[in-house]
Amino acid sequence: MGIKVLRAGLQTTVQDLGRYGFQQHGVIVSGAMDTFALRMANLLVGNDEGEAALEITLMGPRLEFEQDALIAICGADLSAKIDGVPARQWCPVYIKKGSILSFGGCVFGCRAYLAVAGGFAVKEVLNSRSTYLRAEIGGYFGRALQEGDELTIGLPAEWSGRKIQKLAEQDAGMSPLGWGISVDVFPNYDTNPMIRVVRGAQFNCFEQESRDEFLSSPFKVLPQSDRMGYRLKGPKLELSEPLEMISEAVASGTVQVPPEGQPIVLLADRQTAGGYPKIAQIISVDLPVIAQTKPGESLRFQIVSLEEAEALYVAREMQIEQVRRAIALRYQ
Amino acid sequence: MKIYPLGDAAAVVELGAEISEAVHRKVKALSMRLEAQPIPGMIEYVPAFTTVTVFYDPYRVLKEMGAQLSETGISKGVSPYRKVYNILEQMATDIGDEAESTVRVIEIPVCYGEEFGPDLEFVANHNGLTPEEVIRIHSSAEYLVYMVGFAPGFPYLGGMPEAIAAPRRPSPRLAIPAGSVGIAGKQTGVYPIETPGGWQIIGRTPIALFVPDSNPPTILASGDRICFRPISRQEYMERKEGNR
Repeated sequence: MGIKVLRAGLQTTVQDLGRYGFQQHGVIVSGAMDTFALRMANLLVGNDEGEAALEITLMGPRLEFEQDALIAICGADLSAKIDGVPARQWCPVYIKKGSILSFGGCVFGCRAYLAVAGGFAVKEVLNSRSTYLRAEIGGYFGRALQEGDELTIGLPAEWSGRKIQKLAEQDAGMSPLGWGISVDVFPNYDTNPMIRVVRGAQFNCFEQESRDEFLSSPFKVLPQSDRMGYRLKGPKLELSEPLEMISEAVASGTVQVPPEGQPIVLLADRQTAGGYPKIAQIISVDLPVIAQTKPGESLRFQIVSLEEAEALYVAREMQIEQVRRAIALRYQ
Repeated sequence: MKIYPLGDAAAVVELGAEISEAVHRKVKALSMRLEAQPIPGMIEYVPAFTTVTVFYDPYRVLKEMGAQLSETGISKGVSPYRKVYNILEQMATDIGDEAESTVRVIEIPVCYGEEFGPDLEFVANHNGLTPEEVIRIHSSAEYLVYMVGFAPGFPYLGGMPEAIAAPRRPSPRLAIPAGSVGIAGKQTGVYPIETPGGWQIIGRTPIALFVPDSNPPTILASGDRICFRPISRQEYMERKEGNR
């Protein structure tokens, strides 16, 4: 009982909101790259927003459901299909025992999140179910999914459990519940997006020309970009004078510039410390946006004040609280 | 002391400009205060050589401090960072040497040379020493764990005698086994998990530095002092067996 992996896809891992509290021990945060999509997917199926879900990258898996379930797919549009019929995203979908969920071409974005009511029952390691590939811990035996794996589904919340039971009694086929997340609350998802940043601690240590170019030129996302970081290619960014840097903590969205002058954006699987000059820091509400860009796309950076970034952060969280309340009403 | 933001959800307290034991003591003292009394909305803190970075949730900072919120967001002039800044500034102003009393000394057994330390010979030749002299020098110093990072449980150590310093390998090895003890420049360290790396590897410890099933998950923490004790191949094998 659960979900059987018929094909694994490019890189499908179990992720939650991350492994916090252990960076001082050198343990990286991990977690979903697009936390907004993961939170929405979980809320839609009646889970806690931080429940473990599957992060599906570009080429999705082929999954057989061995039990009736309520699922939600949020984030990238990777042409999800249930028994060959296109599946609606950003809304709860009832899926019948024996159905096959598959993915096709990438229509938008880079990472889709699949949540199931009840979550994925994998062992918690250091307070998180996120997969930490290099240390081989968390998630599904510390690794990406492989063909033949069997995922166990946890116990759904009472409301979603009732819903599943009701639809099963009606012998329903695949059925979207007819409501979902409005695009109004989406992050600024876009192809070749504009990403907002605040100044990094060493912003002013860069040549004036480099600062201008950082904020006006497109930067291409290189193929060797991954969950650890995005390597960008654009105009060479140069310091006004050499800088003696001492390693210190870095964050998700830190834009650092190694000596060769091409920026690297640190993301979910970043190391806990870094020693390169930080030209900028992506604001929290735009992290899901960069998480959905893929190699070959271009980014532009736009500077905002810390106060703007904070206001956007709080507004986003209040919006998510509203979504949570609205969903709770739906399930009553 | 300086405090500056790391984006909209973290603040960095810089307690000195260079790597020294005095600055380290301040880092440790502030860390201990944050451990004992987390600030509102704090997620975690990360000590480094000269800084302590505090990660927080800006929304929780405001809620837990009872800040006024409008229907759609932040009220004008209210900044979570400002609130965090004010608390951190107060916490960091009068820190002293309170950390000194709690120093732990941890002994790390190391089997030097042969297949466990393929670069021992190189380090010796580079410094005009015999391998035995390198082992003696490396294992008679006491080291300070300035910070843990790069990999889970990887200690950035201070205190290695310059007599055994050696440059990094011209090209990194693709996989260095867990437990490997290496030298890079004037630094020495231990690899807790298998990773690629360019350090000169002189030995290996049988003890596990990263134990994900326990809390804390690492043997070493910022502020610990460690020393290396040479062990025989046989003792290495016995200790390794005992871990299983």
